[in-house]
Amino acid sequence: MLASQLGYYSLILGLIFSFILIFFATKELTSPSKRVDQNIIILSFLQLFFVVVSFLCLIFSFVNSDFSNETVFNNSHTAKPLFYKISGTWGNHEGSLLLWLLVLTLFIFLFIIKSNNQPKKYRILTLLFQQIIIVGFFLFLLVTSNPFNYLFPVPNEGLGLNPILQDPALAIHPPILYLGYVGSSIIFSASLAAVIQNYINSEWAKHIKKWVLISWIFLSIGIMLGSIWAYYELGWGGFWFWDPVENVSLMPWLTLTALLHCILVLERRLLLMSWVVILSIASFTLSMCGTFLVRSGILNSVHTFANDPARGIFILIFLFILIFLSLGIFFVFHNEKNKDSKNFFWLSKETTILLNNWFMMYFLSVVLIGTLYPIFLDVISSDKISVGPPFYHKLIVPFLAPFLIFMVFGSKLKWIKSEISNKNLLIIFFTISIIISFLVTKNFQVDLFLYTILIGTSLFLFFTTTVEFFNKKKILSQTVAHFGFSLFVLSILLNNITSSEVTTNMKVGERYKYDEGVIFFQKIEEKKESNFNSIVGHFKITNNRGDIFSLKPELRIYNQPIIVTSEADIKTTLLKDNFLVMNTVKGNEYFNIRYQVKPFMLWIWISVLLISFGGMISFLRVKNEK
Amino acid sequence: MKIFKIFLLMILFINIANANTDIKDKNLNNKILKNIRCLVCQGQSVYDSESEFSSTIKLLVKKKINEGKSEKQIYEFLRERYGDWVIYEPELNRNTYILWLLPLLLFLLGGAIITKKLK
Amino acid sequence: MKNKIYLSAIVIFLIFCFVIFYNGLNRSNVYTPKINQKQNLPKFEAKDFYSDKNITSEELFKEDIFYVVNIWASWCVPCRKEHKFLMELSKNENIKIIGLNYKDNLNNAKNFINELGNPYSKNLTDKNGLLSIEFGAYGVPETFIINKRKIIVNKFIGPINKKTLNQIRKIIK
Repeated sequence: MLASQLGYYSLILGLIFSFILIFFATKELTSPSKRVDQNIIILSFLQLFFVVVSFLCLIFSFVNSDFSNETVFNNSHTAKPLFYKISGTWGNHEGSLLLWLLVLTLFIFLFIIKSNNQPKKYRILTLLFQQIIIVGFFLFLLVTSNPFNYLFPVPNEGLGLNPILQDPALAIHPPILYLGYVGSSIIFSASLAAVIQNYINSEWAKHIKKWVLISWIFLSIGIMLGSIWAYYELGWGGFWFWDPVENVSLMPWLTLTALLHCILVLERRLLLMSWVVILSIASFTLSMCGTFLVRSGILNSVHTFANDPARGIFILIFLFILIFLSLGIFFVFHNEKNKDSKNFFWLSKETTILLNNWFMMYFLSVVLIGTLYPIFLDVISSDKISVGPPFYHKLIVPFLAPFLIFMVFGSKLKWIKSEISNKNLLIIFFTISIIISFLVTKNFQVDLFLYTILIGTSLFLFFTTTVEFFNKKKILSQTVAHFGFSLFVLSILLNNITSSEVTTNMKVGERYKYDEGVIFFQKIEEKKESNFNSIVGHFKITNNRGDIFSLKPELRIYNQPIIVTSEADIKTTLLKDNFLVMNTVKGNEYFNIRYQVKPFMLWIWISVLLISFGGMISFLRVKNEK
Repeated sequence: MKIFKIFLLMILFINIANANTDIKDKNLNNKILKNIRCLVCQGQSVYDSESEFSSTIKLLVKKKINEGKSEKQIYEFLRERYGDWVIYEPELNRNTYILWLLPLLLFLLGGAIITKKLK
Repeated sequence: MKNKIYLSAIVIFLIFCFVIFYNGLNRSNVYTPKINQKQNLPKFEAKDFYSDKNITSEELFKEDIFYVVNIWASWCVPCRKEHKFLMELSKNENIKIIGLNYKDNLNNAKNFINELGNPYSKNLTDKNGLLSIEFGAYGVPETFIINKRKIIVNKFIGPINKKTLNQIRKIIK
């Protein structure tokens, strides 16, 4: 209870600091001194400090199962394991908003202390814009989503956290994701400040690149963690469903990737200045828009938090204030007088980056339109339609082939004006890739033309980036990241065509023979854990090559709240995953068994890590260059 | 450059026309089930769901396939009774022209802008 | 000048989006099938609850009156609650209530009727649930109103209560 009081008043203090900061910062703008007043840095630190205190208080309340706190009551339970009590803090609407505030205040503090070599007014303006966002979130929290609401009489027991959310990947997914997602706020604030100061140039690009990289790296890993959770926990063998909440995290990633590439251009030449600003604004706008879609109840999804239209209206208005503000600043202050008069030469690195952006924006439009269209249609004509995976696949997949080809040229071409060296080598690689692809694809019953082209082009990128590793003059970060991307597409394609699955009903003691082997249902074991009972099925699967897999899928019956979940048993090896899910069949001693063999799954995760790793290499290089 | 663009468009066109990106499920059955929304679940296909409703739909689809009904006819049957919402892939009709065509239009628009910039 | 045009276009577009989102918030996102969507009475054949004989939809709905189709099951708790309203409704002379017994055990179902009363002029068994799908149902209980031209004019999802009973009464006048 004390923790709740402390937490609540810390939030109030944090908000007060926002106003003080805004006051001091505005004064600083007109002060003649060249250095930022020490007070501002101290105030920024104090604001961060109190948000941290508030956050720790909430964690404390969760750990102690303090049910006088309404949020704890709604989302926790005494029988929850400690690790999940802690992660339960941010696994709900109010707690996750507190996490938003934490990242917002952390980033602005880090920005202020790490940007000493930047123009003073620019830094102050960034702080001001960020504070506007921070004030918005403080108000949102305190007015509609207080994590420290008091419950009386104090209940004895909480309503429990959804057991599907009790998973290690899901526990760390929000903090990591938010560092990326919310981190784009600093890019937003900084770009608006830079526009006002007419500071959109190479120097600014070099400086903002670090922040873009940080946001992008964490967002990539955060999204990956979410997919890993979906794959291991939800038991359907998939890892991406084009669900609105998934799409909402993907969209800022697309703009950030495009932005990252544009920054590379801006670092060297005065080109794409307007576009860089637009992308910077867009990234955070999409994050805010995503927050709106997910928390307001306007969309129906597996992932949505508790729905509340009142909260929705608040975020909607806040979102549009930010949009109109940034639009206004852009149109009033932006000018391109200093633009590099030399235009693009068609065969150059700049061009391939333009092409990258072209495709990225296309992919973004597909995801954005697919996610938002049902809302628009529903409001205008009261017709409800679904936009699911087939839509996204049909519109995105065909464009991957040319995109991959452009990636090959992107790394080969030089800045400003270039020619393609080793043309012959590239042609050879391309031909080999297509041939290998054809030979592989024709063994499977899939669309031969489409898959040959797709696998062929990803192999093409794969080979060219592999060879690049041996080039002494390579750009390591680019090679690693592009290599990772080729591996990513390749793994998904190969997984798609080589995966197989068997579904049947079995009872204990039965043997089921399928194409590739035999499934033997050995026995049922019953277990009791701290907050659930489980029925474990023991299966032995022998395939035609003599490999034996022992798999133990579970059915868990949780007691608070009463939910039955099916836990797949997944054996992951370097080459493939064996995946077994068991479900009851109504009124029967039979169990419904779904057995899948999914090759290359591990490589999908590894490739995303590689892509992020490429970003990290770039980040370290930028740091060292100072 | 122009030739390149035309070549690109050709590949895209053919790919989209062929875009049967779902691996030819050994079962047409599975492909259809994956495209039907489980109406009593929160964002799962009938294929992935074990609910009462889903098991009935699975039975229905099996029956219809045995009767020789096509994929389109099965979707039509379900759409008549449950609305467009029940099928994951939005049909190309009066309601959805913008949905399908707008991204492609934006793509062409982007291409036009870039070609202008490169002149 | 060009910039001003772009700006105005963007602003108008954004205001449009805002209005859409604002309206979207106030709508329910729980999908209930278009209650106004008129659907023709499906043609089917089913087994009679008591006699186990086949009966066609033509025979069942041959009279020129309003029909109420109610999907129910003995294992369904809300069905118990709504049953008395169905009994009330059955007193109405100018309609007939047809029951659809959904995925049920015949004995349990018969006991249910014996215990709570039989409002149904005819009852059908739907052992595998396919018949309810014909009507566009996805759960139990659900109730459909069919007018004299054999069109399903109304769907009620969930148990009938006093309010919906009055609504039904108004429709069948």
